[in-house]
Amino acid sequence: MSDVTAPTAPAGNEPQKTTQPEAPRGNQVLADILNGSFVITILAVVFALLIGAVLIAVTDEDVQAAAGYFFAAPGDTFSAIWQSVSGAYGALFQGSIYNFRRDSFVDGIKPLTETLTFATPLIAAALGIGIAFRVGLFNIGGRGQMLIAAACAGWVGFSFELPWGVHLAIAVIAGIVGGALWGGIVGLLKARTGAHEVILTIMLNYVAFYLVSWMLRTPGLLQAPDSVNPKSPAMLETAVFPEILGPKYNLHLGFIFVIAATIFAWWLLNRSSLGFQFRAVGENPNAARVAGINVKNTYVQAMLISGGLVGLAGVMQVLGTVTTGFSAGIDAGIGFDAITVALLGRSRPWGIFAAGVLFGAFKAGGFAMQAAEGIPIDIVTVVQSLIVLFIAAPPLIRAVFFLPKQGKPKRLKLNVSQEVAAK
Amino acid sequence: MKLELRGITKRFGSLVANDHIDLVIQPGEIHCLLGENGAGKSTLMNVLYGLYQAEEGDVLLDDVVQHFAGPGDAMRAGIGMVHQHFMLIPVFTVAENVMLGHEQTGVAGKLDLDAARAKVREISARFGFHVDPDALVGDLPVGVQQRVEIIKALSRDAQVLVFDEPTAVLTPQETDELMTIMRQLRSEGTSIVFITHKLREVREVADRITVIRLGKVVGEASPTASNSELAALMVGRAVELTVHKETARPGAASLVVRNLDVIDPLGLKVVNNVSFEVHEGEILAIAGVQGNGQTELTEAILGLQPRVTGDITLNGEKLTGLSVRKILNAGVGFVPEDRTEDGLVGEFTIAENLMLDRSDAPPFVRRGNLQLGYLAEFAQEKKDEFDIRAQSITTMAGRLSGGNQQKVVLARELSRDLKLFVASQPTRGIDVGSIEFVHKRMVETRDAGIPVIVVSTELDEVVALADRIAVMYRGSIVGIVPGNTPRDILGLMMAGENPTGVAA
Amino acid sequence: MTTTTAEESVSASLETATIKSWKAPIAYAIFTLIAIVLFVVNGRDGSSRFRLSSEADLIQLPVIDAPTRLTCVVVVVLLLAITAYATWLSSQAKRVPLWLTIIFAAAFMWAFLTWAAAGESIPITGLLLGTVALSAPLIFGALGGVISERVGVVNVAIEGQLLAGAFLSAFVASVTGNPWVGLIAAMVAGVLVSFLLAAFSIKYLVDQVIVGVVLNVLVAGLTSFLYTTVLTSNTPLFNSPPRFPRISIPILSEIPILGPVLFRQTVIIYFMYVAVIVVWWALFHTKWGLRLRAVGEHPQAADTVGIKVNATRFWNVALAGAIAGFGGAYFTLGSVGGFTKEMTAGAGFIALAAVIFGRWDPIRATLAALLFGFATNLQNVLGAIGSGVPSEFLLMLPYVVTIFAVAGLVGYVRGPAASGKPYIKA
Repeated sequence: MSDVTAPTAPAGNEPQKTTQPEAPRGNQVLADILNGSFVITILAVVFALLIGAVLIAVTDEDVQAAAGYFFAAPGDTFSAIWQSVSGAYGALFQGSIYNFRRDSFVDGIKPLTETLTFATPLIAAALGIGIAFRVGLFNIGGRGQMLIAAACAGWVGFSFELPWGVHLAIAVIAGIVGGALWGGIVGLLKARTGAHEVILTIMLNYVAFYLVSWMLRTPGLLQAPDSVNPKSPAMLETAVFPEILGPKYNLHLGFIFVIAATIFAWWLLNRSSLGFQFRAVGENPNAARVAGINVKNTYVQAMLISGGLVGLAGVMQVLGTVTTGFSAGIDAGIGFDAITVALLGRSRPWGIFAAGVLFGAFKAGGFAMQAAEGIPIDIVTVVQSLIVLFIAAPPLIRAVFFLPKQGKPKRLKLNVSQEVAAK
Repeated sequence: MKLELRGITKRFGSLVANDHIDLVIQPGEIHCLLGENGAGKSTLMNVLYGLYQAEEGDVLLDDVVQHFAGPGDAMRAGIGMVHQHFMLIPVFTVAENVMLGHEQTGVAGKLDLDAARAKVREISARFGFHVDPDALVGDLPVGVQQRVEIIKALSRDAQVLVFDEPTAVLTPQETDELMTIMRQLRSEGTSIVFITHKLREVREVADRITVIRLGKVVGEASPTASNSELAALMVGRAVELTVHKETARPGAASLVVRNLDVIDPLGLKVVNNVSFEVHEGEILAIAGVQGNGQTELTEAILGLQPRVTGDITLNGEKLTGLSVRKILNAGVGFVPEDRTEDGLVGEFTIAENLMLDRSDAPPFVRRGNLQLGYLAEFAQEKKDEFDIRAQSITTMAGRLSGGNQQKVVLARELSRDLKLFVASQPTRGIDVGSIEFVHKRMVETRDAGIPVIVVSTELDEVVALADRIAVMYRGSIVGIVPGNTPRDILGLMMAGENPTGVAA
Repeated sequence: MTTTTAEESVSASLETATIKSWKAPIAYAIFTLIAIVLFVVNGRDGSSRFRLSSEADLIQLPVIDAPTRLTCVVVVVLLLAITAYATWLSSQAKRVPLWLTIIFAAAFMWAFLTWAAAGESIPITGLLLGTVALSAPLIFGALGGVISERVGVVNVAIEGQLLAGAFLSAFVASVTGNPWVGLIAAMVAGVLVSFLLAAFSIKYLVDQVIVGVVLNVLVAGLTSFLYTTVLTSNTPLFNSPPRFPRISIPILSEIPILGPVLFRQTVIIYFMYVAVIVVWWALFHTKWGLRLRAVGEHPQAADTVGIKVNATRFWNVALAGAIAGFGGAYFTLGSVGGFTKEMTAGAGFIALAAVIFGRWDPIRATLAALLFGFATNLQNVLGAIGSGVPSEFLLMLPYVVTIFAVAGLVGYVRGPAASGKPYIKA
């Protein structure tokens, strides 16, 4: 026996695939749509709306009253349920897409522009959070980044007399820089010390909140002169986003900014060298490090960009949505809503854009529903969070709608727990 | 206890890992299960241990059919297992690890640690182990951890003990001791299943041998069978793993390492005062048992280790203290030990992986933009050149077989302008065809005048490839010897002895 | 056979080198610098008085009267000395011990109180009493967090569990008129949130942090919706829960300072004392605790010794939810009474911070929660005496301290190894 017959480690069951011709691209897309994420997303939305309908019906007083004599006249209960649910979702639709009760198209289409107005800051913030997701970072710090950005942009917006255009530009840049720096702190601390960004961002939310609250009630900082309320002065005319469809609609220039931001995010992630490194770090930080990518710098860069985009949302709030002076609640929960938007959009820029428009519609319609039917807008929060839970768990949706099981589960994956040892 | 496996079939999707396997282990025998990596040995044992459920077939103990829903059932029936990757909790003490799963408790559910300690001491005394029941397992050397695994199994009165590739982490001496322990267990009436792919160990200790290939039993053999007979059974054909290579024509010393220390986060010197040179046109193999500082040494060359003292120079240029990026740009090619963890991004396409370590400079990137057209051409070319078997260059790297993944890594590294090539465990877990391919490319790289470092724990690979061999033990180089050094000498050196008296 | 030599080689360990960590001295130096700027450069004159008893107490302690500037200077010198000692320790590659940090923090706090109370008097008993009250939900939440993370499921949903507990306890206690039933309802609510967390993270393998964050939003939305549609539709019937009375424990409640603080409390606080001790003891000394920790550290190893990993995780996450939900009841049955929208106001996140700051240990997490409760209440007390310290900065303190903690400046923090990772059997 000679030692050349070596029992080293050959694997027995190597699948010897031969090169096959690639399937036509169209088939691929169709297959993806049919058993992939698209149908699941639609069904998740439907299922969440169904649960919302149950909540609306159960808490409706007419339904409760009719259910009191259910066995005497069950029809009454069903008609009351129909009344409450159709009333609610009808109002939701009319408040977010098109109002049929208006005579002219110009008036009827107003809800859609409202939807886009609500979507504007949502999309900006979600783009920021989505980019962080792609680097494997979970940025829950949207609230803090928005507040700091709003404070910076707002301060520039009400303090300085500057020419039209220049003022707006400087205010926007100040806000983006503020958000970027607040996010950058997280990136820096994570890179230097290995601290977990989820904890850091949650904590910095509160730090930002109290910091901005203090500034808002301190004369000479952000508080409006001659006021006792913790609120800033109104923005100067030159710093406000102009309305792009005329005074009839609230839709402002910020929406164009958001389209630009979406294109930027798409280019960054899919076409740029930096984005390639971002994705590499997000998918496998160890391999990225071995391939010469500076993982720590990537975390800092990603959090700067993420914070900057979230900051843009803060800018939209002070210079577009609430231009009469802001308080510490200026973020309006967008920082958290944006997480759900980013998840629903699967961290892809155009996916986020679409998801942002959907959630903008929920918000616009939710207010209309609250006004018309007296259903609290909180139902929208419930539906939104349910949608995200359901799209994250495709097997659940398949089970609910009796869809066949899928071979390879596409689970919502996030490498947040994957850390490069802080070497 | 007599153990019988009857017609066991286990499938993973379309892959049949075990195909109607029959196996009988008599009371008090050491039964070797021999087969290549991936032949289905570990799957079979996991079925026996209740970790997997077989689609068909039965497990019988003393001719009674058993139904194991989980490892708990198997253990209660008297089956114990020493896992290849130790199933120990590093932050628990030895006693806590041993008692876990069958804890004795006192008042109000209080753990009876004293009973566990006594048990550890009793079994230790029986086999001459020196194991402190209160030591944290994470602080113990691997050899001792393995004994804790054995104690764990014996504390449950295991009558059938399965050893899954137990020698992979041991020095030759520790392996000898393990063999002695196995014989001692056998003499006490314990049946032993010994899973391995190393022929020498089988012939030394086995009473009977069953060979498994591609999920099927392909034959039984007695310990008197020759190595070549066993190997032929195992691989299915007579394999020659000799690498055809000319005599090396070494040139000038290219990589010079002087007094290198690497310190790990716990403050241990994992590489201790290492010095060596690699010449142009030679392959230096670094041999040694897993975990003796080889990994850290190669990582230090690539700039991946943070606490390094000493000097590394490549053609006179100092590498120590440079970033990974700069070291790669200096012409160092690197095949990491764990390709899925460190070599590839599984969710990236083949093409994207091929540009992974050139993600910020031409030709793949110009003015911050990816050059996707160039990348596609490049990837197609490399896919053909390196015979990467995949549907297209947009196939995700994570979907490829181990051999094809390794070809992607090789294609990426070898298509750069190299001044040094470092490959760590380049053929671990890949198929025979790919092994031949990898070896061929490495020799070609050498013949192109590039210095090559190969780290391998497989002595056969070391002997087949090396022009010179450096043996590492406990962070130091025991000695650097010629490529034709006899195996028994290399074996002694891997245990820290230097019988040749060669200067390190 | 060469047993003896091999034994030696096996047990011989590698040479060690020394690693110096400068994190602790740097953190000390930063705080010392703040102290110098605030308490000395920006120092105040006058005297600071600390009242140790209230009029109702049986044993009256004297009022401590300290000259403000002198006290501040003395304490700052002490801080400098501790910083120097820590620097020396680090230069010798020794670890800075935890007790040194505790002394440093206590000294800093003393200087701060003295400085803030210049010309005023601070009721120490009131300060501490409020601390216990504000810490109670944090402690319950943190215990839930510790259990959940120790078994391997990251629990960001503590906030949701607290809020759900507060809501359901208020509703059920109002309807039944019995706070005890409300307490049980609070636990049920916490468990329900846990079921969702467990189902989505264990069965559907959704990232645990994502589930936690989304569940918080879901619970906030759901309770707000039901608050508006149900609770406010008939407040006397649905949202007027009876509160637990304070019970003074004889003798113990007369101990100076500690008695009024710890032993004139509602039954929820007494449950809390028991819960902290039981969880700590059980976690480290019982079969339940050993298995729980094993599953969180190395699930595969636990599986191979016959422990059902996912079932262990599921039920212990449920238990964690019950404990956190119990804490939620404190908001309604223990203090405020009626439920209001988002009344937990981020307490769950502070509890999460306490879990990490307390390094996944029930006792340390409790101490961290007490520290955070203290900071919050300090803001109340200082606001009442009008010391001129912006209250926002005190409210920020828990969060800033946690940032320092996770950044490793207060020592090395290591969580359960398998926390956050789903266990998938092949």
